[in-house]
Amino acid sequence: MRRLVGYLRPYWLQVVVALGAILGSAAGQLAQPYLTKIAIDRYIRAGNLAGLRWIAVCYAVILVASFALDYLETYTLQMTGQRIVFDLRMAIFRHLQRLDLRFYDRNPVGRLMTRVTTDVDVLNDLFTSGIVAIFGDVFTLAGIMVVMLMMNWRLALVTFSVLPLIVIVTQWFRRNVRGSYRQVRGLIARINAFLQENLTGMATVQLFCREAVNFRRFDAIDRDHRDANIASIFYYAVFYPAVEFVGALAASLIIWYGGGNVMHGTLTLGGLVAFLLYAQRFFRPISDISDKFNTLQSAMASSERIFTLLDAPVHIERPAAPVARPSGAGGHLVFDHVWFAYNDEDYVLRDISFDVAPGERVGIVGATGAGKSTIINLLLRFYDVSRGRILVDGVDVRALDPHELRSLCGLVLQDVHLFSGTIGANVRLGNDAIDDEAVRRAVRAVHADAFIDRLPGGLDSPVAERGATLSVGQKQLLSFARALAFDPRILILDEATSSVDTETEIVIRDALRALMAGRTTIAIAHRLSTIQDMDKILVLHKGHLRETGSHQELLAARGIYYRLYQLQYKDGPQAATGARDAAGRASGGISV
Amino acid sequence: MSPAVRRLVPYFLQCRRQFVLGLACAAVTTPVALSAPWVLRYAIDDLTTHGVTRAKLFYYAVLLLGIAFVGGIFRFLMRRILVGASRELEYLIRNDFFAHLQRLPLSYFQAHRTGDLMSRATADLNAVRMMVGPAVMYSASTALTLVVALTLMMSIDARLTLIALVPLPFASLSVKYFGSAIHRRFEKIQAQLSDVSAVVQESLAGVRVVRAYRQEAEEIERFRASNQAYFDGNRGLIAVQGFFFPSMTFFLGLGAMLVLWLGSAAVIRHRITLGQFVAFNSYLVMLSWPMIAFGWVTNLLQRGMASWKRLLEVLDTAPGIADAAGDGHRLAPEDLRGSIEFRDLTFSFQGRPVLEQVSARIAAGETVAFVGVTGSGKSTLMSLLPRLYDPPPGTVFIDGVDVRAIPLAVLRGAIGFVPQEPFLFSDTLADNVAFGADAAGPRPDRDAALRQAAAVARLDKDVAEFPHGYDTMVGERGLTLSGGQKQRTALARAIMIDPKILILDDALSAVDTYTEEEILSRLRGVMRQRTSLIVAHRISTVRDADRIFVLSGGRIIERGTHDELVALNGQYADLYRKQLLEDELAAS
Repeated sequence: MRRLVGYLRPYWLQVVVALGAILGSAAGQLAQPYLTKIAIDRYIRAGNLAGLRWIAVCYAVILVASFALDYLETYTLQMTGQRIVFDLRMAIFRHLQRLDLRFYDRNPVGRLMTRVTTDVDVLNDLFTSGIVAIFGDVFTLAGIMVVMLMMNWRLALVTFSVLPLIVIVTQWFRRNVRGSYRQVRGLIARINAFLQENLTGMATVQLFCREAVNFRRFDAIDRDHRDANIASIFYYAVFYPAVEFVGALAASLIIWYGGGNVMHGTLTLGGLVAFLLYAQRFFRPISDISDKFNTLQSAMASSERIFTLLDAPVHIERPAAPVARPSGAGGHLVFDHVWFAYNDEDYVLRDISFDVAPGERVGIVGATGAGKSTIINLLLRFYDVSRGRILVDGVDVRALDPHELRSLCGLVLQDVHLFSGTIGANVRLGNDAIDDEAVRRAVRAVHADAFIDRLPGGLDSPVAERGATLSVGQKQLLSFARALAFDPRILILDEATSSVDTETEIVIRDALRALMAGRTTIAIAHRLSTIQDMDKILVLHKGHLRETGSHQELLAARGIYYRLYQLQYKDGPQAATGARDAAGRASGGISV
Repeated sequence: MSPAVRRLVPYFLQCRRQFVLGLACAAVTTPVALSAPWVLRYAIDDLTTHGVTRAKLFYYAVLLLGIAFVGGIFRFLMRRILVGASRELEYLIRNDFFAHLQRLPLSYFQAHRTGDLMSRATADLNAVRMMVGPAVMYSASTALTLVVALTLMMSIDARLTLIALVPLPFASLSVKYFGSAIHRRFEKIQAQLSDVSAVVQESLAGVRVVRAYRQEAEEIERFRASNQAYFDGNRGLIAVQGFFFPSMTFFLGLGAMLVLWLGSAAVIRHRITLGQFVAFNSYLVMLSWPMIAFGWVTNLLQRGMASWKRLLEVLDTAPGIADAAGDGHRLAPEDLRGSIEFRDLTFSFQGRPVLEQVSARIAAGETVAFVGVTGSGKSTLMSLLPRLYDPPPGTVFIDGVDVRAIPLAVLRGAIGFVPQEPFLFSDTLADNVAFGADAAGPRPDRDAALRQAAAVARLDKDVAEFPHGYDTMVGERGLTLSGGQKQRTALARAIMIDPKILILDDALSAVDTYTEEEILSRLRGVMRQRTSLIVAHRISTVRDADRIFVLSGGRIIERGTHDELVALNGQYADLYRKQLLEDELAAS
């Protein structure tokens, strides 16, 4: 709660203005029953028509003032709410941009989206119709109590005797609504996650005729959501009439006890009417406050989730004093006894050590799950090593500014991610230093110009969501162009060359050769042909580095790599005969 | 009734019992509640005429309590029933919405952002629910209160009632004016909110690229811009919305002032009693809440209609690909044998020709391969068979029947399609493999079939190393599989439905050559009686096919067996030589 108020602080002036307006308007509300009392006691009973006119004028003035104050309050308050929403969204999004991949492994995108959109909107309600409005209600309530006590303190106390009942009803309501609300929010998040997945994978759903099964699953979640909501309606349905009943109880007390007072002349008739009017207005703030518990409840649940997200520790951060890489250094990589596990002790890499000289080209081969991709994840510091260290130009990657580290690297992933925007924007991304000419050069260099020129708008053609209208090969080419345009010192290819056809692969290999010149390169590829002219090849097996050496050296060693090579080239004219035997010998699942 | 409203009627009808019952409760509770000021009137009048006793006061007090009690019971029922009905309606609409999305073709999802569709299914739907539930409830009690209270007020003093009512039309006019302005601006910001969602979705889904290319600042900027647009839209909304309630309270207050002034005068002139004056005031107060609620309700109605129209946009999108009307071909999947014909097929996508005059016959049980450079139309050709896109009529046939005439469930049930980019669900590996098989209903041999399919796809080796075997969770909330593992999962998924036609659309590109060879040889066993279509880039993958088609620029330019094509000395032979050369270079 205190933390939420912290978001109000930059806007204290607006809040003060809004509070002032609320107080003014509450005072206006307070005056109206009193004017009625005066009208009855002083003028009606005395038959004074002229005095009535004054009362009417006062009333009109109050109305105009309330109108102005109410507008001021609504505008300032809502705008402040929107500003806070803006700030909060930015804070969450910024934090999401800092959180490491481990966090994303655990939190589905749909859930995170709910935080940024729905949860923040709920918090907006807290600021606009919650905190400040409650303050206004409390003021109105206190004002009414004071006026009542001044008019007739005995009757006032008798009327107040119903207050504990209100508190009890409210407490009961609050306790029950909180739980059901949390349940509803959880189900909304599940609906979101389910939709996100099913809409993205709709083609798969349709191809496998899964519509009915997935519909049933959706129906189950949707049904739970409905039932949880219906359960919570019960509390609301009891609460409002209960509050009104207590109001009627107060009116009964005023009629019975206050009426007695009027009989004995200790209370004027106008006073009795004013009491009745105040009692009506007396319960409205209370039921408003309770109503706001609804807002408050949801806001608390939402803020809990938002702050949990904002508090998610950023494990991978710019160090306080980042060490500068030696100037002119050219991308020297060292893995020094690196161990790594995604969870606990489940090591994916075990004691990996190797050294890549500046400009050296290294290929990594191994079965899926051997830890190839992990090496890249660690090098880019998507994750931190469990044990050991990784040095770039002699500096531990954890001591470097991650931005500097990543600016050295150009990454090409197998699953190409495209952003909505134009083709050109997907090459350049947000980097303005890459001008149109540089984009065109990069596109030409990877021979992506062939398909881009066929598009109606060329480089300015829009990319559909996730590049849905482009083929895998075309997307792959775009990601090459992207990496090339960024002109990295270290080039990282993650299984990138595997999904394009031979012709494209040949032209790309030309481009890559030029690109690799003078750059340190780490490549993971399924085709031996891509990596055999590498300076060094690392063979990973179940998290261990089993063989290291050049293509020729590894062949000569007649180890895992040799067997892989035999298998891969069985289609070549000479190797064909030995292939089937080799296939039998190969220890299961080595991939190249 | 506008067409949009008419579309809501069937949903109301489905819950008609609840709506009738709920409205009946409203009809009971409103007059009961409105009888309270009448009690007050007698109490005050008794006090002024000195005809009062303690016992009488006590009687009035008890009467007030009784009224509140009975009124409260029916209010409880009204809320419970009507708001409950709105939840029921929300549930029905959301189910229909999802079911409709399931019928829309692939191209629809390529043209519409997921985040946008999601916001319609949640935020917009909630606005619709507010319209059909709380808004209906409050309009009913408002209308009833208005009628009953006005009648009672008229019975006290017709002239005073008419004067007190003078400001009311102004209140209604201001509601109408500001309401429609609010409605316009709300529609705008709703669209901006979906844009915010879409930016978040895209940025989070591509987190690796964002990090690797240091796009954090740019993504934040992009988000800021979208967020700012939303903020600005809200500013416009708030500027207008701020007038809504204050102007209404102002006009209602004006009524109260007139009553205080002229009503008091009427008491002085003995036209009405003080008790009647107090009761009249009470009625005016009781009317003010419904009048405010009226404003709120119009707001709900307007938001609800705006959102409902956005939902209808989706619901009214005709499923581009559906079972042909008439349904002349009552085929079961077992009836299909798997012969395929493309007959002079020309196909354009988004105005660009992708396939031109493609003709080919593939016999049942044949294994054919398609090769060609990126963009030559291979994938498009494959996607026409299960009607991911619709081919023109009379161009694609299975067993001599136009695919457009075969019921979708039969057609797709007979085709095992393995795409270039497989999609896995956040579920266990077993559920992902049995994804299609489970759709056909439970089967006793699920486990065995699953293991068999996984073995053919060589997924079994990997599974042995997973922490929970086939029960390992994969996807967003579980284990992240490599590209090759995903492809093999997708293959096992296709094999498990036991298809007549298997389509591998470059589906083994991320699988290593050794495993690929293992898979292909196992597939030959499984697919002996079935038709296989294999799209690939490596000659090694396709050379054993019965026939090979070479595509270029959307046309089939060569066809034949591997040996025939090599002898033909065309593009295929060229490709073959290049790959051989590559291998030799590599081997040297």
